[in-house]
Amino acid sequence: MLQHLRPAILMIALFTALTGILYPLAVTGIAQVAFPRQANGSLVELNGKVIGSSIMGQSFSGERYFHGRPSATVGPDPKDATKTVDTPYNAASSAGSNYGPTSKALNERMREAVEQRKSENGAQRVPTDLVTASGSGLDPHISPEAALFQVPRVAKARNMPEDRLRQLVGEHTEGRLLGILGEPRVNVLALNLALDGTVRR
Amino acid sequence: MTINGWIQIAIYFAVLTALVVPLGRFMARVFAGERTFLTPVLKPVETLIYRLSGVDEAREQHWLTYTIAMLAFNAAGFLAVYAILRLQAVLPLNPADMSAVAPDLAFNTAVSFATNTNWQNYGGESTMSYLSQMAALTTQNFVSAATGIALVLALIRGFARASMQTVGNFWVDMTRSTLYVLLPLSFLCALFLVWQGVPQNLGAYVDATTLEGATQSLSQGPAASQIAIKQLGTNGGGFWNANSSVPYENPTPLTNFVEMLYILLISAALTHTFGRMVKDERQGWAIYAAMSVIFLAGVVVTYWAESAGNPLFAALGLDPANMEGKEVRFGIANSSLWAVATTAASNGSVNAMHDSFTPLGGMIPIILMQLGEIVYGGVGSGLYGMLLLVVIAMFVAGLMVGRTPEYLGKKIEAKEVKMAILAVVVLPLMILGFTAISVVAPFSLSSVQDPGPHGFSEILYLFTSQTANNGSAFAGFTGNTLWYNTTGGLSMLVGRYFVIIPAMAIAGSLVEKKLLPASAGTFPTHGGLFVGLLVGVILIIGGLTFFPALALGPVVEHLAMLAKSVF
Repeated sequence: MLQHLRPAILMIALFTALTGILYPLAVTGIAQVAFPRQANGSLVELNGKVIGSSIMGQSFSGERYFHGRPSATVGPDPKDATKTVDTPYNAASSAGSNYGPTSKALNERMREAVEQRKSENGAQRVPTDLVTASGSGLDPHISPEAALFQVPRVAKARNMPEDRLRQLVGEHTEGRLLGILGEPRVNVLALNLALDGTVRR
Repeated sequence: MTINGWIQIAIYFAVLTALVVPLGRFMARVFAGERTFLTPVLKPVETLIYRLSGVDEAREQHWLTYTIAMLAFNAAGFLAVYAILRLQAVLPLNPADMSAVAPDLAFNTAVSFATNTNWQNYGGESTMSYLSQMAALTTQNFVSAATGIALVLALIRGFARASMQTVGNFWVDMTRSTLYVLLPLSFLCALFLVWQGVPQNLGAYVDATTLEGATQSLSQGPAASQIAIKQLGTNGGGFWNANSSVPYENPTPLTNFVEMLYILLISAALTHTFGRMVKDERQGWAIYAAMSVIFLAGVVVTYWAESAGNPLFAALGLDPANMEGKEVRFGIANSSLWAVATTAASNGSVNAMHDSFTPLGGMIPIILMQLGEIVYGGVGSGLYGMLLLVVIAMFVAGLMVGRTPEYLGKKIEAKEVKMAILAVVVLPLMILGFTAISVVAPFSLSSVQDPGPHGFSEILYLFTSQTANNGSAFAGFTGNTLWYNTTGGLSMLVGRYFVIIPAMAIAGSLVEKKLLPASAGTFPTHGGLFVGLLVGVILIIGGLTFFPALALGPVVEHLAMLAKSVF
């Protein structure tokens, strides 16, 4: 055993230097030069202030905006740091709900969400992605159906023609890559930014 | 289920299969010490590593020496991780001011990463400093994977060589795996991931003011470099808590495809490396075929179950397709495919929350892990696990005709069969043993999130995942307690080393045997009959062992779900 200790310790030290320090630093160096925007989190700035990341979801609840999916992330309770409270779209603590399929808590949460979405948007068939929590709690996307579902509400709140909003949703719908990979989707932050831009114009 | 979903699955399988030969051939050359296109760049580094650590490249080892070297190396790795995690508060590269990791959590995490499990009882962005992510965890992602490859090389040499004493040199096999295979492939993937949007920086977390005026803290870090190797090395430990479902970790359908490909890439290609090393490529393809049959069957069931979805959703007037815990950009097909790939391998990264899968959709991952992760499996560990089952399958075939079984010209005798059985019984011992204790003890039941049969599935999943060195979880469960950190750590250790040591003993026994020429009575091991026998033996062993436990969890829950019961 003893004659193996020297190579074991030295090898761990060498591989820590090579794969644990040099490799990530080399990737960081190249990435910062070649893809600085992505490497630093794809941040979106508005009037010089960071308002989020173009690939991370953020919470929308006002009636003037399209809403994202429910998020199950939590954060520390401001009143008592040992406890956690619901903090949707907490990008420093990603999580899904992890409720099982026969969970009573899941069923009740979804029932309430369905009722709320119906009352906000008029009683139509609610798209499933609007009442199910994403895996990360940070899903930046909703399905095109979920965006179109919200058009009447946003149109009313902003006093805009529904057709104009449907067109905007269409413009912000990303298809599958090469028509094959992934699923059609709408980036909620990008859509809402465009919405604000449209209004200002 | 949609046509498009099936096309995506078919493309994935086609690309994976197409890469088996080029990568398998490349690895065979590397491990034989032959010249490749990377030799001019990497050979000087390789030589330097041997010189600095005092290893004689040309000196081969007996199986026992090889195993002890591996154990010493893994022990040193465990201690290094433990030390860094405990000291991270005073070490550099800690912009988010993470405090030291608690002793039991540091123990569990160090075992977890040294055994290639990457079970995570912590959330990366809320626990680990950048230095811990890099120097402790990324390093183990490389070397634990390289350890797996080294071990399977030793076992293959047991079959390929005749009348010899040595099975290779652990230090050389491990170093070559890391330098020539893992490092270049990770480097390419990491840069690709950054291009697609995965962060790679050492900066502080960014506070954004959202459009509605709330503050959102965006966690950052050297993520792409770690994500590339955690996929490639079947480690699976996420940079962020929710792993590859987090957009920063897996931003687009294209990154999803590549990350998913990396899960199975090396393990699939190693079957071809095996075929080349035993000088009969058909042997490698037979193993690949047996793996693929089980894999594709798993994909069909999970994709069907998740698409058919949850009748409780339908009762609320919704489309029942199960989107709880899944991301819109991946949808049902890619989430199902990933779940099967990550548990077929010992990867354990997730792009959707397995805890929220339908009962049958979530049962397939449990079964794949309980079969021993031999469907492609972990890097190296999948193939040596599979070869142990081949030994058992050949033993069964031998019993049927009353003839001493042979495989690849080597007689399979009592010693080999005993060792293979020893490795196979370790899984149920740890999985069923600890699950049984945990479902009756009050201190362990408080960790369960969901009452009813799903709660049982959560505990079963935990010990299955840790013993099989997978690392995925039914994550609603609170695993970060003294009981689960300790028993889980123990399961990971036993699940790894009590398979490795018997496998190495088989390697040592086989390498000394003479090579028998094939005769008319030799059972050919490259045809459909062998593939069928092997799949049958795998399913019978797994089924007999675990069906009762599965009946209590996923099966009962499925029936309850159909009856629209909630718990």
